[in-house]
Amino acid sequence: MEYEAVIGLETHVQLKTRTKMWCGCANEYGADANTNVCPVCLGLPGVLPVPNAEALRLTALTGFLLNCDVPSYAKWDRKNYFYPDNPKNYQLTQLDFPSTITGFVEFELGGELESVRINRAHLEEDVGKSFHFADYSGVDFNRAGVPLLEIVTEPDITSGDMAYEYLNALKSILEYGGVSDCDMEKGQVRCDVNISVRPIGQQELGEKIEIKNMNSFSGVRRAAEYEIARQIEVLEEGGQLVQETRRWDDDAGITDSMRTKEDAHDYRYFPDPDLMPHRPSKEWLEAIREEVVELPLARERRLMEQYELPAGDADVFVGDAALGNYFEEAAKGLKNPKQAANWVINNLQAKLVETETSVADLKFPAVAIGELIGLVEGGQISSKIAQEVFAEMFASGKSPAIIVEEKGLSQVSDSGELEAFCREAIEANPGPADDFRNGKEAALNFLKGQVMKASRGKANPQMVGELLAKILNG
Amino acid sequence: MVHFLTIHQLLEQLRAGELSSREATQACLDRVEKVDGRLNAFISVDATDALAQADAADQSRAAGEDLPMLGVPVAIKDVLAVKDQPLNCASKILGEFNSPYDATVIQKLRAAGAVVFGRLNMDEFAMGSSNENSAFGPARNPWNTDCIPGGSSGGSAVAVAADECIASLGSDTGGSIRQPAALCGCVGLKPTYGRVSRYGLVAFASSLDQVGPFTKDVRDAATLLQVIAGADEQDSTNVPEPVPDYSAALSGDVKGLRIGLPREYQVEGLDPEVKAATDAAVKQLEALGAEVKEISLPHTEYAIATYYIIATAEASANLARFEGVRYGARLDGADPEEMNRKTRGAGFGEEVKRRIILGTYVLSSGYYDAYYLRAQKVRTLIRQDFLKAFEEVDLIASPTTPTPAFKIGEKTGDPLQMYLSDIYTISCNLAGLCGISVPCGFSKAGLPIGLQLLGKPFGEPDLLRAAHAYEQATDWHTHRPNLD
Repeated sequence: MEYEAVIGLETHVQLKTRTKMWCGCANEYGADANTNVCPVCLGLPGVLPVPNAEALRLTALTGFLLNCDVPSYAKWDRKNYFYPDNPKNYQLTQLDFPSTITGFVEFELGGELESVRINRAHLEEDVGKSFHFADYSGVDFNRAGVPLLEIVTEPDITSGDMAYEYLNALKSILEYGGVSDCDMEKGQVRCDVNISVRPIGQQELGEKIEIKNMNSFSGVRRAAEYEIARQIEVLEEGGQLVQETRRWDDDAGITDSMRTKEDAHDYRYFPDPDLMPHRPSKEWLEAIREEVVELPLARERRLMEQYELPAGDADVFVGDAALGNYFEEAAKGLKNPKQAANWVINNLQAKLVETETSVADLKFPAVAIGELIGLVEGGQISSKIAQEVFAEMFASGKSPAIIVEEKGLSQVSDSGELEAFCREAIEANPGPADDFRNGKEAALNFLKGQVMKASRGKANPQMVGELLAKILNG
Repeated sequence: MVHFLTIHQLLEQLRAGELSSREATQACLDRVEKVDGRLNAFISVDATDALAQADAADQSRAAGEDLPMLGVPVAIKDVLAVKDQPLNCASKILGEFNSPYDATVIQKLRAAGAVVFGRLNMDEFAMGSSNENSAFGPARNPWNTDCIPGGSSGGSAVAVAADECIASLGSDTGGSIRQPAALCGCVGLKPTYGRVSRYGLVAFASSLDQVGPFTKDVRDAATLLQVIAGADEQDSTNVPEPVPDYSAALSGDVKGLRIGLPREYQVEGLDPEVKAATDAAVKQLEALGAEVKEISLPHTEYAIATYYIIATAEASANLARFEGVRYGARLDGADPEEMNRKTRGAGFGEEVKRRIILGTYVLSSGYYDAYYLRAQKVRTLIRQDFLKAFEEVDLIASPTTPTPAFKIGEKTGDPLQMYLSDIYTISCNLAGLCGISVPCGFSKAGLPIGLQLLGKPFGEPDLLRAAHAYEQATDWHTHRPNLD
């Protein structure tokens, strides 16, 4: 029997806010334990939460980036469960009126365009982090109260690969939108996977199994692949699957049962009486909508179409949005934008890496790249000299024309001056000159090289070739 | 006899330079020393800290400063966070916890120059109507120490009625200010929900709790409310409604003020002496020019059940943070769950546990719709009853409690009977109204009786106006228990 997998993902993403969700403590990774804490995020007696406006803004922005609706009413609920890292022993979240609903994420999978529907992206608060020592445990509450967006898909995913590509697409969208840094190592993205399998053609879904504890996107892919195979095997052997939560063991590459439905939590959700519902105004939403940036996939497609770039170049500019913006600025009005792409990718990017600087540190404007290309195309300088000019542009920020002028780098096209260089080269190298006369064409390149060297690269190489041949043949 | 003074009497003397804040504060401390062994209104008093504040107030005044309550000693219910002072909520579970911050109302009191002192006894986590549910022993009624003072803010009422302070703060979730004020013979005001910041008030039931004043007369209630009311960015449920000048409402004129008497409040179990006293009080208001008419609040009979579902549901989550991980008393266990069970099992008293269990139950999967959701719907109906009634009347009058103070131990075996003693006060919280209790007589046994007036949301000026006019026409508020 053939089976198919039905997968849904719940991805928790920390929002990139300056402060926490309900208090003024810094939202900062890596500080000493329990230094970014206050009565509110420690759940001291008597404290009350105050919503972080920036987190609400980033949530609405995410909604727009994920093609979601942002309803005019959202509310907060308490999710009750006891755990030492949970300061109030309830977590504030959004149960039935989340801040954003019904969207989709598009991405490429094996050259095809795929789409996964988003059920909702709701806002909640992160909890602290437990540490276990030899004979005691401790909790660091720096993370407690950090705004966390839970992005829930519809069960549209059918394979580990698809889950993996969805997550990569989601990550790049959130990074692009400035919503989250999505640093897995800092725990800024965490993902739970719901998987069931069913015989192809069967309408009803199989038993849903939730997998936790993946700490990388490739872990999610491997866990999904493992779990699909495991579930099919159980069914093929005539076994029964039960609704349960399983833990992914990354080292062993297997999942183990954590708990079954019977001992599932009753979270006793109810509306939080300390917070008012959030009712976004039209004006607020419109202002946020204006900040929506072009998504990576859309941008890649546009770069390829508008500038006729190969996919490789477009990928580079999507992967490094600042570099991409710089390219688009440089390519303005150019007949052959691919040349600008070459300069930006081959020269500029290399130089930035070498000097450990970023586009923001550049001393020259993007338009200078176009000027440089113009100088080469117009024959004023050779492409070799252009490299030298570029290095100087990078160092001083001066415009290419001024650099050429100041350094006297203009190509020598004066035939009298060039002829002198050529005759000197022939005289100094009688061997190669004879070789050429005896029909060894390649010897001309050697002589040409000598002329270029003598002119310090400024000689017009095409004219040099013609002149040398003329003198030697004459 | 300085401790007998009201806020405005004391301020007059302080402003005239006839008295210092240190003298007033010392008088209160002496009074506590003298009578509180019998009354148990205070869980603790930090005399050094109180006198230091008094000295600072005296220095400010000497430097020419004047503030609305400069130098006036105000005692605080043990449910409000005061920086570097113990915060126990009359429970064992908080152990040696001291608050690292001031509640907003405390900040406002300090900004107004008040001397903030004492931790006042209460029912544990404000759950109770008699102050018998305190880990620090019951507070006692100053008119008869065999009787309860009411609750949950029992200590706040006793401290004012017994002149152990000039005024005090309490909190009211279902009558916890008005009921003890009535039973101890002082003035207690519950502001409209959202009028006073709850930041730093340890939550019992977040959608019902409000902080309010206990005072010796209505003018003082206006003064103290003026100081603590107002918007607070740290409380999202606070309403940014401008705060009127409450003292300006004390005109003494109630002509044309419409007062409603709810038909449904003539319940079985209403003590005849209480009925007689409150009827007489309404007559008095009528004689002063108020118009009295009967009104109907049809959903009254559901109020207590509704209250005990919503309040306990919220409490079950609010009290989850007390498990000994970050602060308070802790009993160790093999794992977090065992630590939790032991800590909470030993730390909470019976009534608190009863309510946590009840609240957990009504929120449980499968019961939520039948209890919590339905209670929220009934709450809306109760609120609509009041808003409709307030189209016809400006205020609603009733007894504050169905009986005068009962004996300590009399109702502890029967929680339901205890819950019924809140019948007149509970709806006010469910509907988010304001209410006040003022002394209106005594039983033959010499126990105080209170008149309750309820006002529409943000109707505190009408409430204060009527209560003040009544007080001006009577002398009940001047009676003092004999504690010598």
